[in-house]
Amino acid sequence: MYKIRKKITLNKDVDLMVVEAPLVSKNAKPGHFVIVRSNNDSERIPLTIVEKDDETITIIYQKLGYSTKELSQKNENESLEDVVGPLGKAKILGDESRILGIAGGVGAAPLYPQLKAYADKGSHVDLIIGGRSKEHLILMDKYEKICENIYIATDDGSAGTKGFVTDVMKEVYKGNTYDIAIAIGPLIMMKNAYLVNKEYGIETEVSLNPIMIDGTGMCGNCRVSINGKNQFACVDGPDFPAEGIDFDELMHRQSYYKKEEHDCLINLGDENDQ
Amino acid sequence: MTNRQKMPLQDKTIRNSNFKEVALGFDLKRIHLEASRCLDCKDPRCVKACPVNINIPKFIKEILKEDYELAYQTIYEDNILPSVCGRVCPQENQCEGACVLGIKYESVSIGALERFLGDYSLEHEIFKKEDIVDNGHKVAVIGSGPAGLSFAASIRRLGYQTHIYEALHDYGGVLRYGIPEFRLPKAVVDKEIQRLESLGIEFNKNTIIGKTLTVDQLMEEYDYKALFIATGAGLPRSLNIQGENLNGVYYANEFLTRVNLMKAYQFPKHPTPIKVGDNVCVVGGGNVAMDAARVAKRLGSKNVFILYRRDMNALPARKEEVEHAVEEGIEFNLLLNPVEIIGENYEVKAIKVEIMELGELDDSGRHRPIPTGKFKTLKIDSCIIAIGQSPNPILKNTTKDLKTDQKDRIMVEGCQTSIPGVFAGGDIVTGAATVIEAMGAGKCAAEEIDQYIKDTFS
Repeated sequence: MYKIRKKITLNKDVDLMVVEAPLVSKNAKPGHFVIVRSNNDSERIPLTIVEKDDETITIIYQKLGYSTKELSQKNENESLEDVVGPLGKAKILGDESRILGIAGGVGAAPLYPQLKAYADKGSHVDLIIGGRSKEHLILMDKYEKICENIYIATDDGSAGTKGFVTDVMKEVYKGNTYDIAIAIGPLIMMKNAYLVNKEYGIETEVSLNPIMIDGTGMCGNCRVSINGKNQFACVDGPDFPAEGIDFDELMHRQSYYKKEEHDCLINLGDENDQ
Repeated sequence: MTNRQKMPLQDKTIRNSNFKEVALGFDLKRIHLEASRCLDCKDPRCVKACPVNINIPKFIKEILKEDYELAYQTIYEDNILPSVCGRVCPQENQCEGACVLGIKYESVSIGALERFLGDYSLEHEIFKKEDIVDNGHKVAVIGSGPAGLSFAASIRRLGYQTHIYEALHDYGGVLRYGIPEFRLPKAVVDKEIQRLESLGIEFNKNTIIGKTLTVDQLMEEYDYKALFIATGAGLPRSLNIQGENLNGVYYANEFLTRVNLMKAYQFPKHPTPIKVGDNVCVVGGGNVAMDAARVAKRLGSKNVFILYRRDMNALPARKEEVEHAVEEGIEFNLLLNPVEIIGENYEVKAIKVEIMELGELDDSGRHRPIPTGKFKTLKIDSCIIAIGQSPNPILKNTTKDLKTDQKDRIMVEGCQTSIPGVFAGGDIVTGAATVIEAMGAGKCAAEEIDQYIKDTFS
């Protein structure tokens, strides 16, 4: 069992949990993720390790579907049934000196450890962060400590530019250039960010979160076509260069169980959502 | 000579709509009729043909004396999972295949007797407490499938502190995620594994060696004198044809893991979903393909068919599994080779196949399928690819100096890998094989590792 040391509500849709998992923490590096199960019958949910210390890891999740809502019903001092990791490939930091992070919604969580790693080694790090509204921008205090410049886009204009991160990107590129951009968020946002960057000749990396079960390369559910070749996000990723990723295929694969997810939510007495 | 007793089965008209066990097991009357058929050969070929060399004539004699407890203990000495093996072993190729009676009549139904004794002991909670004296040395087992469990029991009995590391959230490996409930009830797996805990074996779930802890860390920081790698064949093989990533196309590993480990057949009580639609194509002709097809039928598909490029005689699956599949209404579309999975808006709609014909015998003694250049298209709603598994490469990729062959199998001499103190056995060495062969490898490795530790550390 894995005890929840701390639980913080970041906004009405997103929670942060600090969970005791010393063995996971031992080899965890930026870019790694874990798979958690709330209870004995629960689904396996992949989540990025946002931070860690010797005994704990920090995870952040959006209460979007049945299983993340079930997870959010757990409170401090209760325990999670399973936490396994670290999974995936650790981020390999290149010698890039000017880094742009592009975060969409809860994508700010998996992006943070990567930008922090770059900031720690002395790279110049800027951030474009987007969300539905001001309250959906998460980890701002942490980003303020590691970023030189932060640019904001919100759907409703309650903070920063009213619009998408791609609108802000084009503005920022008028006076700045970057060696690499790391974009993490909804698939459609990552795809569009990649397409804008391509116009500007900026290389993009993304982090993918397809449907996953075991997380060890055993089942093949998380396969992604990259340049016509299959990669398993769980063991070959989750970070990939955006060039060549079949985003459209991935979006369809990700929504394969949408109806079942909805049926499950009804079961949770939550049919008004989604 | 009494006839071989037939295994009673759940009615075929209802069983393809539930996940309850198909083979119901023998009652006492049948057990005795069957046991009395054993000729008690002086040189029993069945024992030699068993990968773990169970003393079969001895336990059969004990059954005839109605000493089921002793008979169980006779098996348990060599096989710690009799209820599992009595159900899933391909006995026709092993003990029963070698039975002298089979030459003129039909072989003794050894598997059914083994299953009876295993179940009898679980039901009556018969368990001999074993006195194990710790010898002060620690060994680690990577993987809790058949090879790992068998090894763990054998090495624990020699006095070693034995720690199993399992990547998933539950134990048993392929017994847990691969073989469906109607062939191997998970309650049976649970109980047989619990017995191993009572031998003093320590079980650690959620621990992926190569990720959570590395082989080096186990050796250096945890003071294990030896490691046994039994990580199995956990990497799905791809057809490498167009359309494999369409929605509705599953690798058998994913399909079966959803259903067995995650219990998707009880959705939404268990929240992991699965869907198959009315027309399901299962590509492949082995036991995994039969399991996948029979699961799909039970999930409510109207038309489930096996797509196989050779003929019925060449199916690698056990005869019994094929018969059960046929009885349950699984169709066999033979001499067809998939060339493209066709979709619409990223959802699978059809599979295009090439018609094959039988050619000369190949190395496997089966007729080679020859392409004819003629094609047809079959309408489907989902497709399950069950054409085999390769070894999982996590350990290879994270362990410097661990030598593997071109097929990613760990290379060994005996059970010794290229790293001193690190041994391996089961599917990770042989490629995908049977439960009992993996158990045989585990048992064998225990002797080798015991010798290695004695030679090296005392």
